[in-house]
Amino acid sequence: MRASAILSVQDLRKTYGSGESRHIIVDDLSFSLRRGECYGLLGPNGAGKTTTLRLCLGLTRPDSGYVTLVGRPVPEDARAARVRVGVVPQGDNLDPDFTVAENLMVFGRYFGIADRVISERIPRLLEFSSLAAKKDARISELSGGMRRRLTLARALINDPDLIFMDEPTTGLDPQARHMIWDRLKTLLKEGKTILLTTHFMDEAERLCDRLAVIDHGKMIAEGAPRDLIAAHIETQVVEAYGENALAWAESVARRLADRYEISGETVFCYTNNAQPLVDSLADANGVRYIHRPANLEDLFLKLTGREMRD
Amino acid sequence: MNTASLYALPVFSMRFVPIWRRNFLVWKKLALASVLGNIADPLITLIAFGYGLGALLQTINGIPYLHFLASGSICMSVMMASSFESLYSTFSRMHAQKTWDALLNAPLSLDDVVLAEMLWAASKSLFSGIAILGVMFMLGIGLHPQTLVVLPLLFLIGMTFASLGLVFNAIAQGYDFFTYYFTLVMTPMIFLSGVYYPVTQLPVWLQMLSKALPLGAAVNLVRPLMLGGWPATPLLDLTILMTYCIASFYLATMLTRRRLLK
Repeated sequence: MRASAILSVQDLRKTYGSGESRHIIVDDLSFSLRRGECYGLLGPNGAGKTTTLRLCLGLTRPDSGYVTLVGRPVPEDARAARVRVGVVPQGDNLDPDFTVAENLMVFGRYFGIADRVISERIPRLLEFSSLAAKKDARISELSGGMRRRLTLARALINDPDLIFMDEPTTGLDPQARHMIWDRLKTLLKEGKTILLTTHFMDEAERLCDRLAVIDHGKMIAEGAPRDLIAAHIETQVVEAYGENALAWAESVARRLADRYEISGETVFCYTNNAQPLVDSLADANGVRYIHRPANLEDLFLKLTGREMRD
Repeated sequence: MNTASLYALPVFSMRFVPIWRRNFLVWKKLALASVLGNIADPLITLIAFGYGLGALLQTINGIPYLHFLASGSICMSVMMASSFESLYSTFSRMHAQKTWDALLNAPLSLDDVVLAEMLWAASKSLFSGIAILGVMFMLGIGLHPQTLVVLPLLFLIGMTFASLGLVFNAIAQGYDFFTYYFTLVMTPMIFLSGVYYPVTQLPVWLQMLSKALPLGAAVNLVRPLMLGGWPATPLLDLTILMTYCIASFYLATMLTRRRLLK
């Protein structure tokens, strides 16, 4: 499988600092991407997602381990490998001095693509990102969603085989997020491979064929989203909240739920048979509830814990 | 990044061209304002000192003071243009605007970016140098064939101060840091390098220091050429400039790698 992988990462390790202040960012991480799939890296802030992407792109050197990107060893051959790769970074770094079309033209030149070829690609990319009308607009005139779409179009200027997307929808409104998801699905249909980092669980669940949950630089689970949920989590979740929720948890959830967690004033009950819980809540006073199937967020919280990360 | 690759010699490649073109394209949009700004400052200096002080001084070693000042201050202007670009503008592209992050996601290396920024700052300072030369021609200064030799020298001066600027860019935590560079490095150097008055007016120990400064070497090379003569010690002054240029470019490349590739 590794031979045919478009990106393969083996025993990757990266630390910063030395002695007492030594800090492990990426801890013996291994994974590989099959052609045409969307692979997600999920993890809380500071889990090592962005550093992993930087290592895969050859922008920083690992302490140990191997990366092969589009068939080339990284970081040794990273520059040549990046010819076949597109990157949508976490923050916008579009050129504010240029128009939309100029941004694409200038970026295409960095790949050594002839101006004539870039000029041919620009109209298609603008259409793909629904920015044809904004061709000559300056970046400051674009909304957040438009900027993100332009960044995506820019990442496609070299017709890459593999696209790195670092939190592509952070900070976007729901409409803009759906539009980005729609474009990513189109790209997957065209046979592109996507490596996505995100901490939006619905995004990962919708888009990713497979995903890895990472925490403290280590992989703690890997697989298809539904398989992971089935393997690690009870099928049903009952969320109870309200003034009497905590008392209800003590008296009822303790007995009837397989396990339960309290976060603030909400009680999360995990179970394979929710009916007794729902029955007890139907006539409970001062407690409201939601009954739903378990999702990726439940898995994520179970694996990485509920405490805040900085 | 391991130690060996951190200290490796800079890699030179034509990949710098599209990055240089990017900066040129931005400059082209604001070229008029940029060049006018670059001319205004030396022009004010020339008028204020040239006519104000020139009326008192008349000549220095037989040269009209205005000519003396103009032939030295073009070096200072090129130094300033190149330093501003390699400090404020480059820092903005590297840090605030994150243009470099986008470059590094393309098949470009950090060495390509540093080389492009150095050559761009030198080019931009040459553009303002040429504009200033135009003003000087109108004042009747520098109308000699030797002035042609000044052009490559201005580019070398630009490269030298761009490289020096990039060293400080690589270690800067914010824009404020550059104020120190200008007040503690640039300003004293201007007064020690014979722009406004001959270095021979200084005490001997300061004259020695002046000989070792890049701007001093630049003035020694450019002033006689602008006045229709030839430099007294061209090899020595060229060696000084090139030593600063090469050493600081290497240092800038190393420090930038250390900053960004960790």
